[in-house]
This record gives sequence, C-alpha cells and structure tokens, in this order.
Amino acid sequence: MSDPVPVSLLDRYAEHAGPEVIEQLRQLAGQLAGLKVVHVNSTRQGGGVAEILETLVPLMQELGLDVSWEVIEGNDDFFACTKSFHNALQGKALRIPDALLRTYETVNARNADRLRPILEAADFVFVHDPQPAPLLGHCAGRRGKWIWRCHIDVSHPHRPVWKYLRKFVADYDASIFSLEAFAQPMPHPVFIIPPSIDPLSRKNQPLTESEVLKVLEEFSIDPRRPMILQVSRFDQFKDPLGVIQAYQLATQFVPSLQLVLAGGTAVDDPEGDVVLQQVREAAEGDPDIHVLSSGHYTDGTISALQTAADIVLQKSLREGFGLTVTEAMWKGKPVIGGNTGGIRLQLMNHRTGFLVDTPEGAAMRIRYLLADRPRIKQIGQNAHELVRQSFLNTRHLREYLTLLVALLYGAEDRIELE
Amino acid sequence: MVDFAIKDCALGIVATGHRARTLGELRNTLRNIHPGSIYHHFWGTLLRPQFSDREYNNDFATWCDHSLHDNRIAERLAVIDPADYSDLEGLRQELIEVIDERLDETEVMLFAHADEQFHFARSVIVVFDTHKRIAYPGEFVKVLPELSVGSVFYHFIDARRRYPTAVDDFRAWLVELGPQYDALRAAIAEVDPYFESLHVLRARLAELFADHLGDAQSATPTSPTPGG
Repeated sequence: MSDPVPVSLLDRYAEHAGPEVIEQLRQLAGQLAGLKVVHVNSTRQGGGVAEILETLVPLMQELGLDVSWEVIEGNDDFFACTKSFHNALQGKALRIPDALLRTYETVNARNADRLRPILEAADFVFVHDPQPAPLLGHCAGRRGKWIWRCHIDVSHPHRPVWKYLRKFVADYDASIFSLEAFAQPMPHPVFIIPPSIDPLSRKNQPLTESEVLKVLEEFSIDPRRPMILQVSRFDQFKDPLGVIQAYQLATQFVPSLQLVLAGGTAVDDPEGDVVLQQVREAAEGDPDIHVLSSGHYTDGTISALQTAADIVLQKSLREGFGLTVTEAMWKGKPVIGGNTGGIRLQLMNHRTGFLVDTPEGAAMRIRYLLADRPRIKQIGQNAHELVRQSFLNTRHLREYLTLLVALLYGAEDRIELE
Repeated sequence: MVDFAIKDCALGIVATGHRARTLGELRNTLRNIHPGSIYHHFWGTLLRPQFSDREYNNDFATWCDHSLHDNRIAERLAVIDPADYSDLEGLRQELIEVIDERLDETEVMLFAHADEQFHFARSVIVVFDTHKRIAYPGEFVKVLPELSVGSVFYHFIDARRRYPTAVDDFRAWLVELGPQYDALRAAIAEVDPYFESLHVLRARLAELFADHLGDAQSATPTSPTPGG
C-alpha cells in the first residue's frame, strides 16, 4: 500500500479561505520565486507579532520564497526600554532615561554583528516594531529592500519618543502600518496592511463539546451560567480593571454572570506582572471572577474559553488592531470592544458586536445581548463570515506579496505583469 | 473569436499622509491629491479588507455622513457615478464642485473628531495574467464561481475605467460575439457594482451566466441559449 499523499500547508488553508485564494497566492508568488526574505522581531513566542510570523514564514516558504525568521536578543533593560517605547507610541507621556536608550542602541549594534551576513544578503528584510529598528543603520552593505512593519497604534504618539525612533526608520525603503489612522509621514511609501488570524492554529480550530467542558471544569467555571471573557495581555491599555467594573455593573441585573480574564505576558513585556497583581486585587473576594495567567493555559484552553463564552470583550483603551477580537469573531461570538484603533474597524454596532467607550457602556451591551439569545447567534454568524472573507492570514500574505512586487517594480499605481 | 483572457489583481494600499477634518479641508486636499487617491476611494475600497456594509459608493460620502454627520453632502457625493467620467481629472472636478456648492450654502463649519479624520490613501494595483482562457461564454458557468475576487474586481470593476464606454470586460467580450448574448449583457448591466462585496458580485454574475447559458456544454457558439 502506498503512503498517503501529504497535504500541503497551502492546501489546508484552501479549506478555509477557498482554493481560488490559494491559486492567487501561487501566481503572485511566482513573480518572487527564490528571492531571499528575512523577518526580524524580538520574540519567538508571545504576542501577536510572533503568532503572525509562525504561520506567514512557512507559508511564504511553501510558495517558493527563501524565507527565514531571526530574533534579536536583549536584556532586561533593553526590554524595559522597548516597553516604554510601546507605551509612548500609544500616547503615554513618559521620559525614557538616556541610559536605557544607550542600552537599546548597544543591544541592536550587538545583534547586527551577529545577523549582518544574512541581513545584507537578503532581497527583502521585514523589521517588526521598534525593537530591531536600528539594525538597518548597522548594515551598510545591504543590497535588498528594507521594510519597517509597525504593529502598534501610533496615531497619537508621545512626540519626543516618536522623534527619537523616527530617525531609525526614516531610511527604510517602505513601512507598513495596520490602519490609515496609524500611519505617520515618512520619506518613503507607507503601506496599510491590517493583520490577520490563522484559521489552522490550535486556538482557532473548532473543539468538541467535551473538550470545552473539560476546560471549564478545570477552572471551576459553571457551563450552565452565562460567561463573558476577555483574552489579552495584562496590560493597562487593555483595561482589565474596566472589564471587572463592567462585569460588576452587569451582575446587578444578571447575578449569575461569570467573568474570565485570560491573559499572558510576553518576554518583552516587563509591566505585565504589575497589572496582573492589580487585577487580582480587584477580583479578590468574588469567586465568579476567574483570572488566568499564562502559567495556567494553553492555546487549546483559550480556544475552549472563547468557544464557551456567551460574549467576548476587548475593552482596550488603545489597541494596535485587536487580534483577539478577530479570533472571537471567527468563533462566531459577538464582541464588545473599546472604541479605539483596529477594534473600530472590526466592530459594527448590532452587526458584528458593539463599540463602547466606558465600563458602563460595556455593562449595558452585556445586559442587552444576554437578554436576546437569537441576537447573539445572528451577530456571531455575521462576524464569522466577515473574518473568513477579509481577515485570515491568506489575505495578509497576499498583501505582503503585493508589497514586495510593488517594491520590486517601483511602487507605481499600476503594475502589469505577464 | 478572441478568447477571454482571465487576469487577476491584488491591491496594495499606500497612505498619502494627507488628512481632512472639515469639508473645506477635504475640498482643498482634493484639488491637488494624487489621482490614484481618487481612484482608490471610489473603486479600491471594494478590494480592501473591510467589515462594513457599503452604504455609499465612495469613501468621501461615507466620511461626510459618519464623521461629519452631514447627510446632504453625503447623499450628493453618493450619486456621482465614476463611470460617467472619462478620466480621474473630470471626476476630481465634479467632487470639488459638489463640495463647493455645499460649502456655499452652509454657515456652520462641521468638524470630525480628531480620530475620525479622512485619511487620503492611494492604491497600487498589481495585475497578472492567470494564463487561463475562456473560449465560449458557457465556460463561465463553471469558472465564475471559482474566480478569485481579484479577478472579479479586475474584470467587473476596474474595466470600467479602461473602456470609453465604461463597461465591464464581460459585456465588452460578449458584444463581440453577437446579438444572441444581448439578453445576458443587459442582465449584467443591471448589476450595481458599488454596493455589494466582491464575493456577492461573483455570486450574482455566476447566477446570471447560469440562468442565461445553462450548463457549459450546451453553451457553445453553435448552440447558444440566449435569453435564459
């Protein structure tokens, strides 16, 4: 008996996105076959950037591009500095000590020494977020096009910090922001590419009822009572304390309500533990608030929680895009999200969820939805289909390939290929 | 008979850095903005990821309603059919005139919130040949449901700015094949290209070809099924 024919990764994506989408990717990638592409970021695990690269890199490889993924190495001071960058770019006024800025530059110089051969030989280099941005300045012998990919909401950056970082990214050949509103003036083409989710990742795969029930049991969550969920890092901009306040307001009308806050912390996020402690203090004494930190769950656990939730919240005060919103919509859930950043792009009141500005607003929408179960189902169906059409990683990949072709041919308005 | 060459396209969105917060700023920026930006905000919107239903056929009208809360100008901008203009400069002038008219009649300056400004973007379109060819219209019955939305955009939307008559590629091809396809062409002409998603447009076109031509085998030039 012959061995079964292995199913390619692209074929597996075709099951979700449609075969015509994959065929389009193959044709577009044919223009780029064999070109060397390097992605650089600051962590292999944790956070949205690593999640995106985990799937985009093998997909690009299967399409015939010569792709690698490099991660810069840093110390605690380096990540403290880049976390401050992150907060400042999202609008928080703060001063970063000169010593930390010197560490930032020194760490990048050291990483450049290690990565220079592969970066200078690449046809395209994607540098993700501010952490590795200075690498370009250390690669004088580069021969390819360099693209700075900013995943952060920089619509209202703290200007002194942006001014400092801008000098590192201005010399790139192009930059990418997630939304038009985030784009900053640059002396090079600025592309707009929203992020995406991976329908094949463990946390986006459908689960059986018994798998879901097992997870609920593990965390003592009652499957017979309504449950709302927020999945995100324990970060002040995700407003987990506001979520607890909204839950407390809603329980006055829905006493059986349960709240689950599931958040991880990434290697490059030293503030996570502080916010997590604040959340634990606010939840103290209420057995129906379940705070799960990264030590307690896997992607399968998150998927089970999203599947079990009646409503998913993402009450961010600032948000790059809000991939957890997209993930919840993919699972057919209505989402109540903060009226900010990419969440605003994804949520339409009464159609895919609700945008709110306050804990009170979130509480009101929680009550509204829990009182109308058919509405929850209808909104969830809308949300799933819209994600399928526009926010799977196959669309994200297509836009990266389009950008590469555009840079290869000069970024004219119209490029006609044979 | 010339085969129908199926092409495909992908869209890159490039920010221009220009923004508007009032109707006056919108008008002033429109005067000098790259023509590719006007193309983008009328047509490119259809090919970019979005969650919203299209209430208006262009981004300018949508912004005037949703962010300026000025329904009058939104409605007037929405009736502008870009296919009526032979080039983007003509379309630009019409936009400016409609906005000027509104500015003349209003005494109150409306402002959008700082985070709801109009962001002018432009499109970079990469067009490529799929090397698939359609010899007979009936073949579309099977092929259309499997076309990428990029192909639907290129042949049904983008085509309108490539022909002086502002028709889509399907009708331009069918007219060459003779009057037996007049009914199908008329039906295609009824499909409004601006309000549905490309997925819905693809389904509508597939339905029309199936209704008018039946199965692919019976729809060769020697046995057309016109009129459906």
